[in-house]
Amino acid sequence: MFTIFGIPSAALFGQLLLGLINGSFYAMLSLGLAVIFGLLNIINFAHGAQYMMGAFVAWMLLNYAGIGYWWALLLAPILVGLFGILLDRNFIKPMNDNNTKRSFVMVITSVLAMVVITYLGVNPSLGFAISVGIGVVAATLWDRFGPTFVALGDQHVDHLYGLLLTFGMALIIQGVFRNQYGVSGLPYGIPPQLSGGQNLGFMFLPNYRGWVVAASMFVCLVTWFVIEKTKLGAYLRAATENPTLVQAFGVNVPLLITLTYGFGVGLAALAGVLAAPIYSVNPNMGADLIIVVFAVVVIGGMGSILGSVITGFALGLVEGLTKVFYPEASATVIFVVMVLVLLVKPAGLFGRAQ
Amino acid sequence: MASAALATAPAAATARGAAPLLAVRNLEAWYGESHVLHGMSFDVAPGEVVTLLGRNGAGKTTTLRSLIGIIGKRRGSVTFEGRETITMPSRSIARLGLGYVPEERGIFASLSVFENLTLPPQIKPGGFTIEQIYELFPNLKERAGSQGTKLSGGEQQMLAIGRILRTGAKLLLLDEPTEGLAPVIVQQIGRTIQRLKQDGFTIVLVEQNFRFAQTVADRHYVVEQGRVIDMIPNPELEANIEKLHGYLGV
Ligand SMILES: Nc1ncnc2c1ncn2[C@@H]1O[C@H](COP(=O)(O)OP(=O)(O)OP(=O)(O)O)[C@@H](O)[C@H]1O
Ligand SMILES: [Mg+2]
Repeated sequence: MFTIFGIPSAALFGQLLLGLINGSFYAMLSLGLAVIFGLLNIINFAHGAQYMMGAFVAWMLLNYAGIGYWWALLLAPILVGLFGILLDRNFIKPMNDNNTKRSFVMVITSVLAMVVITYLGVNPSLGFAISVGIGVVAATLWDRFGPTFVALGDQHVDHLYGLLLTFGMALIIQGVFRNQYGVSGLPYGIPPQLSGGQNLGFMFLPNYRGWVVAASMFVCLVTWFVIEKTKLGAYLRAATENPTLVQAFGVNVPLLITLTYGFGVGLAALAGVLAAPIYSVNPNMGADLIIVVFAVVVIGGMGSILGSVITGFALGLVEGLTKVFYPEASATVIFVVMVLVLLVKPAGLFGRAQ
Repeated sequence: MASAALATAPAAATARGAAPLLAVRNLEAWYGESHVLHGMSFDVAPGEVVTLLGRNGAGKTTTLRSLIGIIGKRRGSVTFEGRETITMPSRSIARLGLGYVPEERGIFASLSVFENLTLPPQIKPGGFTIEQIYELFPNLKERAGSQGTKLSGGEQQMLAIGRILRTGAKLLLLDEPTEGLAPVIVQQIGRTIQRLKQDGFTIVLVEQNFRFAQTVADRHYVVEQGRVIDMIPNPELEANIEKLHGYLGV
C-alpha cells in the first residue's frame, strides 16, 4: 500500500475505475445520441428511457423466460431497437416529413383500445402494451391504404420539436415502468462467469467491472470503424450531409434513417444490460443518467462520433478524480466543465462550428 | 414571345424521329407555395444530347430536380422509357437508370474522393469501371485518398460526373457542368460529353454558355419562366443567333 498526494493508492485507483465504468456508459450513450443526431437531426431525449428499457428487458427475460445474461446482451438491444423503430416510424419520421396523420391514427386508436381494455379489467401495463400494439397495426394499415404521400426528406424540422417529442416519450415509458415495478429497484445478478475479481497488486479489480469497460470500448470502436471505414458508413456520412442527394442516387434513405435510429436505441439498451448487474434495475435509472450524458454530448460537440466516445471516457475519469480530491464537487464537475467549454468553444471540443 | 403552343401540345417529334427516352409533358413544380414550372414540355431521344438554355431563374435547375424527383410538389407527366415517374420517390426514379449531377456538385466533405466516387450504388449493368473513370479523369486517381471537398472546383466537377458513370445510368442530367471553370477544364468536360455521347449515353445538359453547348449538343430547348418557349436544332443555331441573344439577354 502506498500513497499518492496523500491519498491511498487503492482508493485512488478504485475511484478511477469507478470513473472509467461511468465513462463507459457515458461513452456508449453519447455515441448513440451522436449517431442519431447526425442522421435524424433530432436530439433523442428518450435515450435514457431506452437505456432503462434495456436493463428491464434483461430482467424480464431472466425472470419471465429464464433467459440469462449472455442472451440478454444480444436480445435486449434487438427488442428495444425494434421498439425504437416503431417510435421512429410512428412519430419521429411523420414529424420530420411533416405528415403527422399517421401519428394521430396511432394515438387515437391506442387510446380507444386502452379505454376498452381497462374496462375489461386487464392489468394496466399489459393493457398499455396491447393498445400500443393495436395502434401500430392501425397506423400501418393507414399507411398502406390511406392517402399516398411522397415524402421529400429535405426539410429540416426545428430540433425543439424532436426534443419535446422524445422527452414526452421518455416520460410515458418511465411512467409505465414505474407503475408496474415501483421505484425501489430490482436486483439483477452478475453472471457466474464474471463473478470474483483480480488482485492487481495496487488495487482489486472486480471481473464484471473490467468486462464492462472492455465491452464498452469494443462496442465504441466497432461503431466508429463501421461509420468511418465501411461502405455502409459512407452512406451514413453522406446521408448525414445531404440526404436528398443520396436518395437521388437510388439509396433508400428513409430505411437507412430508421435502421440508424434502431441501432442508436439498441446501443442504449446494450448499455442498460451492461448496467443491470452494477446499478439496480430501476425505472428512473435512465432519467438520472441522461442529464449527465447530455452534458457530455454538449462538451464533446453534437454529432461527432469519435468526440463523443473520447469525451465520455474522459469525463468519467474526471468525475472519478474529483471524487478523490474534492468529493463535494463530484456531482457538479461535469456541468462546470460544460459551462467552461460552452464559454470557450460553443460548438464543443470536437464539434465543427456551423 | 414564341409559340405558347409548345407548352401545351407535345413537343415536336425529336430530331431522329425515334421514340423518346424521356418525355416531359406539362410539368409543373413548386417550392412550397411558389409556383416555378408552369407546364414544361420536351422530349429527349435515346443517344441525344439536349440542352436547356435560359436566363438565371428560368427554371432549368428546377426542371432537372423535378425529373429526378427531389422537388416538393410536382405535377404533369414525366415518362422514362415509357414509364410514368411523376409519383415515384427519387430513389425509384434513379433506379430506372437516371444519373444526376447537381449544379452545386454535391461532393461530400466527410467522404474521401474514392468514397465519393463509389457512393452511388450500381443500378444497371454496363457502367464504367473505376479504371475507365480514372482514364477519363486522371486527377481523380491521384487524389483518391483526399477529402472530397479538398479538390479544386474542376476536379469536383469531374468527380460529380465520374461517380454517376459507374452506376450504369443511361440518362445523365448535368446541371451547368462548366460553371465557373477555367477554359482548359471546360474543354476537357466538352470532350468528356462527346465521348459519353459516342458511348451511347443520353444527356440533358443545362447551360448558360451556348457557345459551349453548341460544341456538344444535338438540340437546344429555350426555357423562360418555367416553360419551354422554343426549340433550336444545333445545325440551325447560327441562323437563329439573333433570336437566341434575345432569349438569353446577352
Ligand atoms: N429552394 C427554392 N425555394 C424557393 N424558390 C426557389 C428555390 N430554388 C429556386 N427558386 C426559384 O425558382 C425559380 C427557378 O430557379 P432555378 O434554380 O430552377 O433557375 P435556373 O434556371 O436553374 O437558374 P440559374 O441559371 O441561375 O441556375 C427562380 O425564380 C428561383 O428564385
Ligand atoms: Mg440553375
